[in-house]
Amino acid sequence: MKRSFAATIIMLAVSLAMSVSVAIAETIKVGAILAMTGPASFLGAPEARTLEMLAEEINAKGGINGNKIALVIKDSGGNPEKAISFAKQLIEEEKVFAIIGPSTSGETLKIKQICESGKTILLSCAAAEQIVEPVAKYVFKTPQKDSHVVHAIFESMKAAKISKIAVLASNTGFGQAGKGQIEKQAPESGIQVLATEVYDSKATDLSAIVAKLAANKEIQAVINWSVEPAQAIVLKNIRQAGWKVPIYQSHGFGNIKYVQAAGAAAEGVIFPAGRLLIADKLANKNPQKAVLTSYTKNYETKFKEDVSTFGGHAYDAFKILCRGIELAGTNREKVRDAIENLKGFVGTAGIFNFSPTDHNGLGTDSVTMLTVKGGTFVEYKK
Amino acid sequence: MTLELFSQYLLAGVTYGIIYAIVGIGFNIIYNTTGIINFAQGEFVMLGGMTAITLTQWLPLPVAIGAAVVVVMLIGALVEILFIRWLDRPSVLRMIIITIGISILIREAALHIWGEGVRSLPYFVGNEITTVPVLGARVSPQVLWVIGVCTLMVLALSLFFKYTLQGKKMQACAANRMAATLCGISTRNMVTLSFMLSAGIGALAGCVMSPITYTQYDAGTGLAIKGFTVAILGGLGSSMAAVAAGLLLGLIESFSVSVVPLAFQDAISITLLLAILFFRPHGLFGSKDAAGLKEF
Repeated sequence: MKRSFAATIIMLAVSLAMSVSVAIAETIKVGAILAMTGPASFLGAPEARTLEMLAEEINAKGGINGNKIALVIKDSGGNPEKAISFAKQLIEEEKVFAIIGPSTSGETLKIKQICESGKTILLSCAAAEQIVEPVAKYVFKTPQKDSHVVHAIFESMKAAKISKIAVLASNTGFGQAGKGQIEKQAPESGIQVLATEVYDSKATDLSAIVAKLAANKEIQAVINWSVEPAQAIVLKNIRQAGWKVPIYQSHGFGNIKYVQAAGAAAEGVIFPAGRLLIADKLANKNPQKAVLTSYTKNYETKFKEDVSTFGGHAYDAFKILCRGIELAGTNREKVRDAIENLKGFVGTAGIFNFSPTDHNGLGTDSVTMLTVKGGTFVEYKK
Repeated sequence: MTLELFSQYLLAGVTYGIIYAIVGIGFNIIYNTTGIINFAQGEFVMLGGMTAITLTQWLPLPVAIGAAVVVVMLIGALVEILFIRWLDRPSVLRMIIITIGISILIREAALHIWGEGVRSLPYFVGNEITTVPVLGARVSPQVLWVIGVCTLMVLALSLFFKYTLQGKKMQACAANRMAATLCGISTRNMVTLSFMLSAGIGALAGCVMSPITYTQYDAGTGLAIKGFTVAILGGLGSSMAAVAAGLLLGLIESFSVSVVPLAFQDAISITLLLAILFFRPHGLFGSKDAAGLKEF
């Protein structure tokens, strides 16, 4: 009798002490749904590593106004169904403050509504326009819009006097969104799409379809829109068939590993991307140079691999979220408002100017045309 | 359709067809000796490629490939000894679930060892952009390597089964297990040998196709399904029929691109599998009576 009474007093004392210590510093739980494995792993793996690096950095400095960040990263494998279940888990069970990701457009479009109704801020690292059009209150995205990217490609083609093209796209949300943008913008840019082919994201060989396209002698250039290893495979198939046609890729080509996978077949490929990949070649007065070179240095020292634009998208998402928390504290609605009104934010993809009607914040100037020379990325000069 | 286009389709079809055929033969060898459908067959192909890629860091390419084949053969034997040998007259369903489980195990182990990225062996001749003219079309020399090596494997296997003692012992086991045991053939060793043989040919196919298709930790599943389709299509148990069926499937997939959108390519092989299972389950070349005597 006496012992259990003493035990109860001790328990009450301990729980009181614990509840007091909890109230002093809040840990902000940030969820992330990334495609660390699977066909989109060249996107998700650098994104996950970047987030871990940044969270460590910020917690080492004591967090944001004393609040430490706790990352909860889930591997969706690029699979939209898994993304849906992870989104529900993060919002309902883990009650995260915000979600960064997913890595691909297909997954993001599937969880857009879930985050909106769960009133959880979503900072997507995927490119499709439909993620922010129509605008959903809580959903933002950090990569450049595919409409701007397609516009940049068409401008480059017009300068090269190319007017008849073939389009290859993967059957993912990203591929379909890109294909849609190309078909929409082609007429007004004076470009004629002679052939369109869609392939499975897991395809390991496209030589049959390349043969069919190569037989059409009118095609002056080929655009490929995907983020899978098929990006590298299609380059090899085209060159091995002896076809010397100019090849354009989407901004999904922004990881040097694709160039390494395609080897000599990647030489001369032209694609649009943010300036991260040519950070060291930028002029010193370029407003992005400081952010880009410091991210590049930290990432490459820590992980011993080259930076990619995808890691950059995760970098932007995390830094934008931190800025919002810095400005508005730990109230979700206020942070959302802060992000929505952020202007002149220097990120890796460009300079962000958010607004209630623009939840992406990037313009056509955020994209520059790059090409592959000697196995590295260089600026494309016409 | 010009001759050039026809030849491109033909070569693409034969390349893939012969790879499917090798995987199908792998299924057949194990099925013949044990009655088991080994769904981990695709993982042997993947392991062959991955092991060879790791070994090329220390060994010259041909030695690395040879060593990889030996390593995967040992893994095949290990799989048999650990998981299959001590089972006492298991039912077909139990075996299928067990081999599916083995394939998942191997896949996850590969993910931990090699990570999620794609890798490939260097091209045997030239690099990513070398092309040679063949029959009016232009292909990478690697395509010729794939076709050549796989054809040699098929020939070597048929000679093995027909003229060597071990091959004849395995055929005896396939024909009638009880009678073979009565003749003094150690059926347990034959089972291990069949796993090693299947693993070996799968591994070699994996090495030779790696520069073209890339190797990734989950490359095995899709191949296993196509290989299984081919084995059923030809008639389960007959290796020669698997070759014919494999080439047929490869050519159908390749030429289909000229009439249906590329997105339907995988759907074609699955539709074919379903059609065969519904209308002619003993396969194109199998006989109904012989199929009735088998357990599966």
